[in-house]
Amino acid sequence: MKKNLFNIGSLMLMAVTFIAGCTKDLNRYPSNTATASTVYSTAAGYKEALAKVYGSFALTSSTGPGNSDLGGIDAGTSDFVRLLWDAQELSTDEAVCAWNDPGVPDFHNMNWNSGNVILNGLYSRSIYQITVANSFIANASDAAIAKFTGSDATNIKYYRAEARFLRAYQYSVLMDLFANPPFTTEKSPIGTAFLPPQISRADLFSYVESELLSLDSANAMVTAMQNEYARADQACVWALLARIYLNAEIYTGTARYTDAITYANKVIAAGYSLLPNYQNLFLADNNLNNTEQLLSIAYDGQNTQNYGGTTFIINAAIGGKMTPANYGVPGGGWGGNRVTSNIPNLFPDLTGTLDHRSLFFTNGQNETINQIANFNDGLAVTKFQNVTSTGATPPNASVFASTDFPLFRLGEIYLIYAEAVLRGGTGGTNAQAITYFNMLRQRAYGNASGNVASLALQDILNERGRELYWECFRRTDLVRFGVFTSGSYLWPWKGGVSSGTGTDDHFNIFPIPSVDLNANPNLIQNKGY
Amino acid sequence: MRKKRLLWRRVLPLSLLLFVYSFSLAQSRTISGKITDATDGTGLPGVTILVKGTKTGAQTGSDGSFSITVPNTATTLVVSSVGYATKEIPIGSGSFNITIVKSSGTALNDVVVIGYGTVKQKDLTGSVATVTSKDFQQGAAITTPDELISGKLAGVSVTPNGGQPGSAATVRIRGLSSLNGNNDPLYVIDGVPMQSLKSPDPNNPLGNSTIPGVTDPLSMIDPNDIESMTVLKDASAAAIYGSRASSGVILITTKKGKSGSPKFNFNTQLGGSVIAKEESVLSTNQLKNYVTTNGTPSQIALMGGVSTNWQNQIYQTGAITNSNLSMAGALKNLPYYVSVGYLDQAGILKTDNLKRTTASLRLNPILFDNHLKIDFNFNFAHENTKFANQAAIGAAAAFDPTQPVMNPKGSPFGGYFEWTTGNDSTPNTNATKNPVALLNQYNSSSMANRVYGNIQFDYKLHFLPDLHINLNLGLDTSKGWGSVHVPGDAAQQWGTTTNHGQNYQYQGTNQNTVLEFKLNYVKDIADINSNINVLAGYGYYNNRSYTYNYASFDSKGDTIPGTAPLYPFSINENTLLSYFGRLIYTYNNKYLLTASIRTDGSSRFPSNNRYGVFPAIAVAWKLSEESFLKNSTTVSSLKLRASYGVTGNQDFISNYGYIPGYYLSNNGSQYQFGNNFYYLYTPSPYDANLKWEQTASTNIGIDYGFLNNRITGSVEYYYKNTTDMINSIFIPDGTNFTNKYTANIGNMVSKGVEFSINAVAIQTNKVTWNLSFNIAYEDIKITKLTNNSSDPTFYGDAVGGISGGTGNTIQMNTVGYTPQAFFVLQQIYNQKSGTPIEGLYVDRNRDGVISSPPSSPDAYHYKTPFAPVIMGFSTSVSYLKWSLSTVLRANIGNYVYNNVAANLAVQRSILNPNNFISNTLTTYSNTNFINNQYFSDYYVENASFLKMDNLRLNYNFGNVINSKVRLNISASCQNVFVITKYSGIDPEIYGGIDNNIYPTPRTYTLGVNLGF
Repeated sequence: MKKNLFNIGSLMLMAVTFIAGCTKDLNRYPSNTATASTVYSTAAGYKEALAKVYGSFALTSSTGPGNSDLGGIDAGTSDFVRLLWDAQELSTDEAVCAWNDPGVPDFHNMNWNSGNVILNGLYSRSIYQITVANSFIANASDAAIAKFTGSDATNIKYYRAEARFLRAYQYSVLMDLFANPPFTTEKSPIGTAFLPPQISRADLFSYVESELLSLDSANAMVTAMQNEYARADQACVWALLARIYLNAEIYTGTARYTDAITYANKVIAAGYSLLPNYQNLFLADNNLNNTEQLLSIAYDGQNTQNYGGTTFIINAAIGGKMTPANYGVPGGGWGGNRVTSNIPNLFPDLTGTLDHRSLFFTNGQNETINQIANFNDGLAVTKFQNVTSTGATPPNASVFASTDFPLFRLGEIYLIYAEAVLRGGTGGTNAQAITYFNMLRQRAYGNASGNVASLALQDILNERGRELYWECFRRTDLVRFGVFTSGSYLWPWKGGVSSGTGTDDHFNIFPIPSVDLNANPNLIQNKGY
Repeated sequence: MRKKRLLWRRVLPLSLLLFVYSFSLAQSRTISGKITDATDGTGLPGVTILVKGTKTGAQTGSDGSFSITVPNTATTLVVSSVGYATKEIPIGSGSFNITIVKSSGTALNDVVVIGYGTVKQKDLTGSVATVTSKDFQQGAAITTPDELISGKLAGVSVTPNGGQPGSAATVRIRGLSSLNGNNDPLYVIDGVPMQSLKSPDPNNPLGNSTIPGVTDPLSMIDPNDIESMTVLKDASAAAIYGSRASSGVILITTKKGKSGSPKFNFNTQLGGSVIAKEESVLSTNQLKNYVTTNGTPSQIALMGGVSTNWQNQIYQTGAITNSNLSMAGALKNLPYYVSVGYLDQAGILKTDNLKRTTASLRLNPILFDNHLKIDFNFNFAHENTKFANQAAIGAAAAFDPTQPVMNPKGSPFGGYFEWTTGNDSTPNTNATKNPVALLNQYNSSSMANRVYGNIQFDYKLHFLPDLHINLNLGLDTSKGWGSVHVPGDAAQQWGTTTNHGQNYQYQGTNQNTVLEFKLNYVKDIADINSNINVLAGYGYYNNRSYTYNYASFDSKGDTIPGTAPLYPFSINENTLLSYFGRLIYTYNNKYLLTASIRTDGSSRFPSNNRYGVFPAIAVAWKLSEESFLKNSTTVSSLKLRASYGVTGNQDFISNYGYIPGYYLSNNGSQYQFGNNFYYLYTPSPYDANLKWEQTASTNIGIDYGFLNNRITGSVEYYYKNTTDMINSIFIPDGTNFTNKYTANIGNMVSKGVEFSINAVAIQTNKVTWNLSFNIAYEDIKITKLTNNSSDPTFYGDAVGGISGGTGNTIQMNTVGYTPQAFFVLQQIYNQKSGTPIEGLYVDRNRDGVISSPPSSPDAYHYKTPFAPVIMGFSTSVSYLKWSLSTVLRANIGNYVYNNVAANLAVQRSILNPNNFISNTLTTYSNTNFINNQYFSDYYVENASFLKMDNLRLNYNFGNVINSKVRLNISASCQNVFVITKYSGIDPEIYGGIDNNIYPTPRTYTLGVNLGF
């Protein structure tokens, strides 16, 4: 009996040991996955994590072009430039799109609401990059960097500064488009029940400005023009400051044109120069020997594949009688985007003979848009192409483009300078403004025939239309000039009417997406929505 | 081993002594005999023999023989066994060679399996329904287990997923209980809870098979080997399975060996499948006339000069053979069942084929004087599949019939006619591809093996025979691999690289292990008129899958950029650890109480939320046992039941959703710094607070039987409330590495009524007529979806992606509405002609502008894809050796979005700006729309239907060839007819979006069954 008891006892003991052993099996970890402590244990790991901070505005996901970091939107549509382009161009005279994709027609009709899928995607994409940057910055604390020495420590500090710059850039985008977004920093928790507070547009302006000024004063960034290609340097900080100061009156009610001139001057003094050939700025080899770009989003048909970005801009612009292979995308051509007649009307001719920036495809295209859904209505735009300056097609070009998208380039800085001077900023001269303006004209015309002797504010808006069309500036420009919603400036199909009509002023700011309002009770909707 | 034997030697004599001692106290005698199957004469092991009115009983041994000691006062023996009609035998003198017959329908004395046990039908306290092999749907086209019970049970909907060989149906028990978690029932085969082997996918409501190359893991279970299927519908019945039971449980019992010399059964079915209904498209002449009248000169010039019926080109008559040979008997004390099966099924879409070989072995020895019962089940399946390119289905409806299959002038695309751009050497990317080329220039094949089974030891203690110790060890392993090859001249893969074409392979394995240990104590306490049945158990379940990663290559063998994998394989694993217990208490054979509790620990949750507790309680009152009804001749049985229980769900997309981590990006997702490309170290989203989804359900039921139980059935009401719903939901932006993630936010409520009735209308020596009918009504609503519901402009969560445009959705999950309700614009019709007016919709917010869903104040919730009313009707009539049976099903109130019509039946599709001509549906003239009107409620069609699933005529020759062989011959038809208003080819589409589904064919079958 004793022995039996002993047997039963040992059996129970075995059972308990077995069950306790199994309890450990409830700790399962994914394969092929690293923890933060391994990622941030080497300088190489930091650089790959930084690649994700940048990659967040270049790619839809880290797992191929068919996937997305975001939900609630078609994966291929969920990239930063494609969404920004829709919001900044389709809402204006610079573009119409034939597709009936969710959210697209709202831009032409100027009747978007807080449920617009594209605006929701853009808002989430910007905040996504901010969150990735926050996490990177948190993991690149002074204490963490102290574990490294020499060039590793120096480099990681630069990486951290660049992550702060990219965060400031995305906050500037949110400030411009959505005005009062939720606000997080590297101190905000991730993956918990935390609800971010809302920040007002004016406070956000102060934050972005203070971040940029702090990066600048600490010389935290790599010296202008000295960083690797596609990484931000100090000049990018100046350029972004110049850009937000130009629009400061819209954001805060206080004009900051003098500051705009100050920082435009810094960029100009850094040593950038205009590329002689305008079209080359938008071709597949624009990453090489480009003296004009401060920072681009780098795409590559083989290694950085995305259905947005320049892949979208190029393919969506090809349809009708255009042969996709001529533009470097033999398997593509999506038949979507054209311009309204307002844009070609800014140019002296449609062929580009006089002003080389007039890059339109006219064969079979009607200048008048009877039906937005018909690609043949409205001129097609050939500004962005996936061929190189020598006419070659880059590898793996079926649809994916290798053309980089310029985020900051000298051309814009010249126009910021000129406009800030005309708007009364000090620290610059009218004569210098005309000089910079004419440098763009001279490049466009190939000679001085297009030069001007005097400048009015409207000339700046028109010149921005000619120089920067389809580069995601138009909505901001029209808002700054007070003509985005009003009836004083019309374009075909503005407000959903073929002749164009004025709309309500609340459309100057996009709505906070309703899905986030429902998820985050701290948020209050923008006025009018 | 040696030790064990010694132990038995010591214990056996002791326990025998105890028995002899106890029996010698009362006046008693011993009866012995044998129980055999009435049809084939084999001895039946495991049959329970009870002395009526007592709990004194015995079980038959492996050859069917039994011996029971009964008190002298005993008058009747009750013989019962799973799947057999219970029989009462008066105790006289002489031998007891008793034959019993397979049960018809659900006789109330039948023993039915429940979770971790069996119980008599009449003693059930929960909502449990059984179908045995006799009542299964039959026919060569029934190749997966789920289809066997289609239309047979109230509240169990079985929706076919089209006609692809190897595709199983979508089974929903009492509708949905989760929006993003798994809604498939838990399958338990011979006591082993099986992993679903389907990963829930938010983009695909049907989920994806985790066995690579297998359309549905259920297709690897041969229905021929199944004896019965039992569905646990309410929480009290299912909660013993805890966290995996929210969507109900289906218990599968396989066929077992009996006794005696080997009995063979050979069942073979030959059949042919034909397409039941094609899309009705314009004829060549009709299209020519249309293009000539409406097209531009350049469009007219695009037309060809021949006439091709593209649907005829891609569909074929698919031959099916489905055979199964089984041998059952006993080798001394070892009952065995061995079977082999072979299925060869060609799809109706050309190039589609499934070959399946199955084998199973079951051994059920009962050892040590009936004290140790061992059940050994081994199953093997091998599948060899050739997959057709299903893109051909949509292409065949849309392809211009004036064009030839092969280009008479030759073409760079393997000679096939394809639409080209300008020059004739590049295919037009936007154009429809040649349907025949899509099939013939696509070579996709796979192989898969699956081995599953278990060994279960049930030991009845010698010194305490009321206590059973049970150990159940289960294993389910599978491996699948395959490849896809598209040649370099195929237009379908043009331009992937300059070499075109595509080749890739895939491979993966799954391994699921189950260990369950339980103690079961059953005791009659005569003094207090009570019976108790106590169960306590422990379970360990592990599911591990390997997926191997490979690159894709072009036609010349060069790696397609971006496809080279970073890791050679990935592992996915989850573990569940459980403790469970149950008490079944019966008082006076009238009042029944079942209480159970299960605790599950899941590796999918963080340690603070790891364990979930799932209790259930049920009571039942057998009114018919009360004195006021006991002698009623009308009411033969009447029972009231009520139950409440909580079940859980943890089966959703991610195994590691709570763990923060980083992964490297793949080759096509790198970023350039300087001249180098860097992989992105990407933080994964995670929810550190992830926890269980819970469903609390209440069930009230009445089981009734009239006229000596010739009429039986039940009525049920249920109410289910799912809370902390595992939901892929928008989370506050800025709080995670995504904007939409799985979180526990949301509630859903469903309630329903079910009614079923079975009747034996006629029962004479010559004629038997059975009827059964069931109907279920369900109302399901989302009651919570977000943290904050104060925003009036929030429409909900857009779901239901459609084909047409990019990212368009047609359904919306909204609080207060059924999941996946259509969210569309309300079409305005011409008052006189009744035709829809293009682009004219009701401006619901009266702002003068119509904006498109999903973010539209003009859109409204209109109907749902889920039928509120589902009915099933089965009947069989037999006259002498003939019998005729049929199964009909009807859904009422389900709607389908006709995506095919929304896409094709407009002028912009026929005469598009992309330089090709497209065919259209004959229904285009009902609208004459110029442009696609994707969001018109016009395309949300009433898809209520009545279907005859099965019609079968059987002739039983009885014993032939010197009475040595039993022969049965049958002819049957599957998918006989459909009555519906729906204009597409099939109204029955899970999820409600009809986008060129693989048509479910009509299958004619001739079957022969031989027994010898």
